[in-house]
Amino acid sequence: MTAIAAEPASPRRARRNAPRSAFRSLTVTEAKLLAREVAPLLWGVGFPMVMLYVVGTNSPGPDKSLGGISLATAYVPILIAFSCTTFALQGLSTVLANYRERGILRRMNATPVGAVRLLGAQLTVNLSVASIATLGVLFTGAAACGVPLPGQPAGFILAFLLTDAAMIGIGLLVASVARNGRMAGAIGTMIFLPLMFFAGLWLPQAAMPAALRTAGQDTPLGAAVAALQHSMAGQWPSAASLGVLAGYAVVFWLLAWRLFRWE
Amino acid sequence: MTPALEITGLRKAYGKKTAVDGLSLRVAAGEIFGILGPNGAGKTTTVECAEGLRRPDGGSVRVFGIDPYLDRPAARRIVGAQLQESQLPDKITVAEAVGLYASFYPDPADTEALLGRLGLTEERNTRYKRLSGGQKQRVSIALALVGRPRLVVFDELTTGLDPAARRESWRLVRDLRGDGATVLLVTHYADEAERLCDRVALIQAGRLAVCGRPDELIGHISGNDTSGNTATLDDAIVAFTTGEAA
Repeated sequence: MTAIAAEPASPRRARRNAPRSAFRSLTVTEAKLLAREVAPLLWGVGFPMVMLYVVGTNSPGPDKSLGGISLATAYVPILIAFSCTTFALQGLSTVLANYRERGILRRMNATPVGAVRLLGAQLTVNLSVASIATLGVLFTGAAACGVPLPGQPAGFILAFLLTDAAMIGIGLLVASVARNGRMAGAIGTMIFLPLMFFAGLWLPQAAMPAALRTAGQDTPLGAAVAALQHSMAGQWPSAASLGVLAGYAVVFWLLAWRLFRWE
Repeated sequence: MTPALEITGLRKAYGKKTAVDGLSLRVAAGEIFGILGPNGAGKTTTVECAEGLRRPDGGSVRVFGIDPYLDRPAARRIVGAQLQESQLPDKITVAEAVGLYASFYPDPADTEALLGRLGLTEERNTRYKRLSGGQKQRVSIALALVGRPRLVVFDELTTGLDPAARRESWRLVRDLRGDGATVLLVTHYADEAERLCDRVALIQAGRLAVCGRPDELIGHISGNDTSGNTATLDDAIVAFTTGEAA
């Protein structure tokens, strides 16, 4: 019979850096679990690429009503915002609320690793999959729709990271206030629609009435799309849109930090 | 010798509701120790303090001399917990879950041997959602044991299991002690405690009502027994709970 309980750890294995390898296994496991969820991947990665392809291959090119850019060019930042928001609101928040409801966070807190690292693994996977979706949209745009890759790459990366930070902040906040995964999903959907409206999913910002467009600049995704759009066109994103995004990110993270419960 | 668990004057309240009210007990290394008591008596809160999941309001808790709240990483390496109502993600397989938890500990058990010992080898690639209640329970036992803990805490180990699975769990608890582990068993079932435990503590309204060997507790009440039947620990628990044995 194999002895399961033991007194001292053997020196060879005790030297192994347990927390680091634990974080790696947690991240790999969370990535595998996400890969088994077909719907969020189709919706968050597949749908934006397909939609961009359809828009890009059926639109006539530069359009005066869009400020002189093509419809595909207008939609690239909108679809990037769409992916970040989908994974943060439909993915992260429901998974975390579900993990809390089912005692998975509490169980993790009874191990030497702790639930904070599980949360870290979730955020790592979430940022990674949003990055993959973003690259997918950029390359679809470049390869099939004549949308150049970002002219100001550093500004683009900054705008993307702030966008995802703000969206993950909302996802964490929803996970903090929702009692279970189903409620998190419902709240997420309710927030998703107005966020995406100001991103321009149904009507690109350039085509919005001026008053609506101005108001939209103070919403998280209105600012996100403007910042991404500017950096795609080769300019540095405006301080106003970066500031709005950073402000939302800080507020959402702080609120989530205060309100989050492990059980 | 350092006791496996030493609780002194433990107090814990949730808001205005007092869960544990000045509880003291001591579990020697190598014991199988039972914690019995009615629902809401404070059993789970007590073991959660021992697992470092709750911060005591007062009193002290030591696991092999370690404060499980202040020195959580050290305590969690030597305490294996099977928690009440704790599940796993639907789509994780048995082998993935056990392998993942093995990566949390410096000197884990051999996961394949552990799965074999718990009768889970056939289910190693089955997703959690598809397991039966008894299989899920065995997975949670595997997760409690994979770090080769010195103190194993089972909170309602056999609740909801069929008689054969209960007996299988009892054998496992005895084997664990044979391996040198200390076992803390929170249970509703006096017959289970009577068969397995070296000593039991009866907790009532957050306090220790009585603590001792099962036969001692039975001995206390057998004088009061008028039915002519052999008294069991269950009778003793009822007597102590209702105050008849006092």
